[in-house]
Amino acid sequence: MNDMRLAERTVDTKGKPIKFSCRNVQVFYGDKHAIKDVDVDLEDKTVTAFIGPSGCGKSTFLRCLNRMNDTIDVARVDGKLMLDGEDIYDRRVDPVQLRARVGMVFQKPNPFPKSIYDNVAYGPRIHGLARNKAELDGIVEKALRGAALWNEVKDRLGESGTGLSGGQQQRLCIARAVATSPEVLLMDEPCSALDPIATSQVEDLIDQLREDFSVVIVTHSMQQAARVSQKTAFFHLGNLVEYGTTDDIFTRPQDPRTESYISGKIG
Amino acid sequence: MSPFWIMVTILVLAALGYVLGRRRAGSVAAGDIRGLHSRPTYYGWNVALFTALPSLLVLLMWVLAQPLVVDRAIGANIPESAVADAGARGRIMSEVQGTAISIGEAVNKGLLTEAEARSLTPDNTALLDRLADEDITLTPNPAVLEAAKDYRSINQNASRTLTGLSLLLALGGFGWAMARTRPDYRARNVVERFIRGFLILCSLIAIATTVGIVLSLVFESYNFFQLYPWQDFFFGTEWTPSFGGGSRLGMLPLLWGTLYISLIALLFSVPVGLFAAIYMSEYATPRVRGVVKPLIEILAGIPTIVYGLFALVTVGPLIRDWIAQPAGLGNSGSSVMTAGLVMGIMLIPFVSSLSDDIINAVPQSLRDGSLGLGSTPSETIRNVVLPAALPGIVGAVLLAASRAIGETMIVVLGAGAMAQTSLNPFEAMTTITVKIVGQLTGDNDFASPETLVAFALGLTLFVMTLALNVAALVIVRKYREQYE
Amino acid sequence: MSDATSAGPRRVGGPAAARTSLLVADARTKRRNAAEARFRAYGVIAIAVAMLALFFLMFTILRDGSGAFWQTYVKIPVAIDAAVVDPKGNRDPSEMDDVLTMSYAGVLQDALARWTADNGVEIEGLKDSDYAGVFSNQARAQLRNMVLQNPELVDQTVEVPVLAASTIDGMFKGRVTEASAAIDKRTSVAQFQLANAMEEKGALATRFNWDFVTQPDASDNRAEAAGLGVAIIGSAYMMLIVLVLSLPIGVATSIYLEEFAPKNKLTDLIEVNISNLAAVPSIVFGILGLAAFINFMGLPRSAPIVGGLVLTLMTLPTIIISTRAALRAVPPSIRDAALGVGASKMQTVFHHVLPLAMPGILTGTIIGLAQALGETAPLLLIGMVAFVTEYPAAPPEGLFEPASALPVQVYNWTQRADSAFFERASGAIIVLLAFLFAMNLVAIILRRRFERRW
Repeated sequence: MNDMRLAERTVDTKGKPIKFSCRNVQVFYGDKHAIKDVDVDLEDKTVTAFIGPSGCGKSTFLRCLNRMNDTIDVARVDGKLMLDGEDIYDRRVDPVQLRARVGMVFQKPNPFPKSIYDNVAYGPRIHGLARNKAELDGIVEKALRGAALWNEVKDRLGESGTGLSGGQQQRLCIARAVATSPEVLLMDEPCSALDPIATSQVEDLIDQLREDFSVVIVTHSMQQAARVSQKTAFFHLGNLVEYGTTDDIFTRPQDPRTESYISGKIG
Repeated sequence: MSPFWIMVTILVLAALGYVLGRRRAGSVAAGDIRGLHSRPTYYGWNVALFTALPSLLVLLMWVLAQPLVVDRAIGANIPESAVADAGARGRIMSEVQGTAISIGEAVNKGLLTEAEARSLTPDNTALLDRLADEDITLTPNPAVLEAAKDYRSINQNASRTLTGLSLLLALGGFGWAMARTRPDYRARNVVERFIRGFLILCSLIAIATTVGIVLSLVFESYNFFQLYPWQDFFFGTEWTPSFGGGSRLGMLPLLWGTLYISLIALLFSVPVGLFAAIYMSEYATPRVRGVVKPLIEILAGIPTIVYGLFALVTVGPLIRDWIAQPAGLGNSGSSVMTAGLVMGIMLIPFVSSLSDDIINAVPQSLRDGSLGLGSTPSETIRNVVLPAALPGIVGAVLLAASRAIGETMIVVLGAGAMAQTSLNPFEAMTTITVKIVGQLTGDNDFASPETLVAFALGLTLFVMTLALNVAALVIVRKYREQYE
Repeated sequence: MSDATSAGPRRVGGPAAARTSLLVADARTKRRNAAEARFRAYGVIAIAVAMLALFFLMFTILRDGSGAFWQTYVKIPVAIDAAVVDPKGNRDPSEMDDVLTMSYAGVLQDALARWTADNGVEIEGLKDSDYAGVFSNQARAQLRNMVLQNPELVDQTVEVPVLAASTIDGMFKGRVTEASAAIDKRTSVAQFQLANAMEEKGALATRFNWDFVTQPDASDNRAEAAGLGVAIIGSAYMMLIVLVLSLPIGVATSIYLEEFAPKNKLTDLIEVNISNLAAVPSIVFGILGLAAFINFMGLPRSAPIVGGLVLTLMTLPTIIISTRAALRAVPPSIRDAALGVGASKMQTVFHHVLPLAMPGILTGTIIGLAQALGETAPLLLIGMVAFVTEYPAAPPEGLFEPASALPVQVYNWTQRADSAFFERASGAIIVLLAFLFAMNLVAIILRRRFERRW
């Protein structure tokens, strides 16, 4: 991957509508103040990367966006997180409905111990997206094609998802998330458990997904952020230090902390 | 000397050996113990072990073997005319032993000299009367008296030989080990080899127990099948034992009762235990878990006799008065339902703790994956967690079934003793375990099929539970490997 | 997602295209949340059922059993008639010994008849047998023993509390009512009224009954005198044997398997055996005890030694499993450190690993002992259900003498005709549970006190 691609991608970042608007977000894990005063606007049809040293809160913040922190007993979230103008932490919001619109792909590929077909069909089934088998088949095929996996698995849809290779498993998980037709796709270090070839396949996929979704990706690799994202946010010690186009962050960082991190002095 | 005192003597010698061995190690090292291969205590232990172990081993084997050998020798000497039937031989043998003990007592009290004891005959009424005055009555049966005298002299000789042999061995071991106490002797390695041998020996007890169980079951079951045809036992539908003869010992009614009660117990305990486990691991707050979990564990710690009494005194009458009688289904306090329900309560903690382990072994990443797609917790549990945990849960249910089949006290007190095959769960029925207890408590005649049938029932029970346990272990082990 | 030009996969689904606000739950979500609430409720119900069963069990045992710790005693002046108890009149205990216990029944009966007359109690239809029936059969023996020990008492009037019959005792515990007394052959309405009159005047009183814990079992028609003394001693002897045998053997086995055993067929066989033995029904161990220890090795029936051996074999798997867990919890770094300074493998284990694992081992041992203490079925088969009224001697001889055991005593009492024995059985369970509770408490304290996190 080279700098040319970076330049190519930064072209179409202007003028996208805002998908997520976050103001004054705080997250506490028990007594620990994990996220402090984060304000950020995430654009639609854009890949936004969260970077920063380990433990900086980037994953924690990502998990706020579809309320996955709800599953952790001691976590508490304050502030406003608006998805299309609606506060997702409003008391009336059902996290189940929210997560149907904000899908998530995890660090370690976690296919269910079911067939490939059932893995992809899982989301559409629980959300009732298909009226019949034919429609469901269509959704599954579309999702697998969307995840660039269809050609590899179309002849063995009935086999277990756990039997695939690591890269295929992660793409299956992406297909599974895509199948529920979310608007936002959250990815928590989706390539950290993959080898370089699988990583490049997933990265290519992320670039395609931008056509249809707003993608937020947490990554510990600056190169990856540079390769796949249009906007980048740098987190440090629970603070959002700097947020801007990927081009700006990597070539003209405003904050000295960002510059140290980019140049490898902290990490 | 009696074996006990021989043992004490050997142990005293061994203690002495420890002290002397240590001292000798010090003296051969000429005051500088750095010249020794091992620390002096190891030389002490070395001497003590060589003194005690060989002789104690001989002592143990001798004590175990002596009664068998002596009984056989004496038994062969008793004339056939004195033995009325097969069962009588055992009685005569115990009479012989009793008489020998009485003679020994008389000698100890000084009422008889050794010479008189050896020449005792039933004709010597003067001597016998003298003994009778002191409350020692000897049998007038000449054959028994003769055998008792033999018994006594054999035992006396054996005891003398044993004393000599074991003390000689102890002293020999002592001398040998002392002689080998030199600076370059690797005492620690030898002692450690002894310890290692002891550890292995202890480990083998598990195998010995299983072998013992299998042998005792198979041996007596074989005796039973010599007396009673195996087809009638396994396929007979009637259980009417009578010690007078003409028993019908068909196992099927007992098997039916066992399976019926186990089924009810499982139908009750599996859903309750499973849902309790699910709630505790997926929903409950730490505080609720902290209270409920120990309480459920209390259920597991209650002895089964307590459940049995609960079934007999409380649950049985309750079911009879509130359900069975109003519905006209029976008026027995003990019933399949009573035993099954109480056994179900007993199994709740068993099922729930096993399921809890298994559910917790399902990786959190699978739950996250499902929740991240927008499924509710219950959808996650039903569609992802439970299917993933299914093999483990099946294993847990098999183990619970094995427990239920082998459970004794609850069915003894709650199910009744009627061997019958009925579908009505409010009737009293009986189980394999109840009948094992029934046939083996009280006075047993190990020559009658009515007693021996218990071993055949035990064998059936053992095979059934073993199959369930092995199947469960294999399934659970496979399941655990999957997520490790 | 509002743009119609996008070719997102969601198009395929069709109906999902029209997104509703997050703030309003759609019909499907409502339905799914209802299912969620139902599922949760099943969990709550399951836990409620388990808790309810536990509380109901505990409640009934306590309700039924607490009565056993209280016993009704009769305390009236008893004139000890020399003509009855000492016919020869020379106050020689050895000759007074010839007077049968039965004769003392008359003494008690007369005493009560006199007390009734003296206190002006008048009850219609009161027969002589009603007077005698107020007293336990144990009361005569008690009086006789007292007189034989102290011949001075003859011709004196003594006032000592003696046991009342179980029917009288039952009246004060609600087991016997006037209506049930009318149909019970052992008592009568007149006796019922007499007992009430006696209580009013203080001649009958219920008080705490230590004898229940200390005295031996009593025969069928003396439920009021039955106690747990022999059973507690028998259980204690068996626990002693289990502790002395299973702790060293269990620890030795665990050390071998965990620290020394090579990975081979034999080790595998031992492992499989241990996990299987843990699941073998307890009654099968009873059969083993009967066939191996009693029939083959010729050990005596009903003796604590056999029970102890059987329970040892049953407890071993529990102790081995927990000991191995405790050994495994000691980090390898400790072993490496000891080996690194030149200790032998054996020294490493015995000097370093074993002491560190000791709290865990002891906790497991206590829990194993608690299990063994409550075990009943195998003991039935080796004859511990026998009726034993003599205390066994002190160990080691006492280990070979007949004894009972706590849980077996419970079973034994459930098999008696008199319903007063059910109260005793529940009372015995309270004692048993108290022991178990104490043992588990010790285990928990041990665990809390010495638990180490590496």
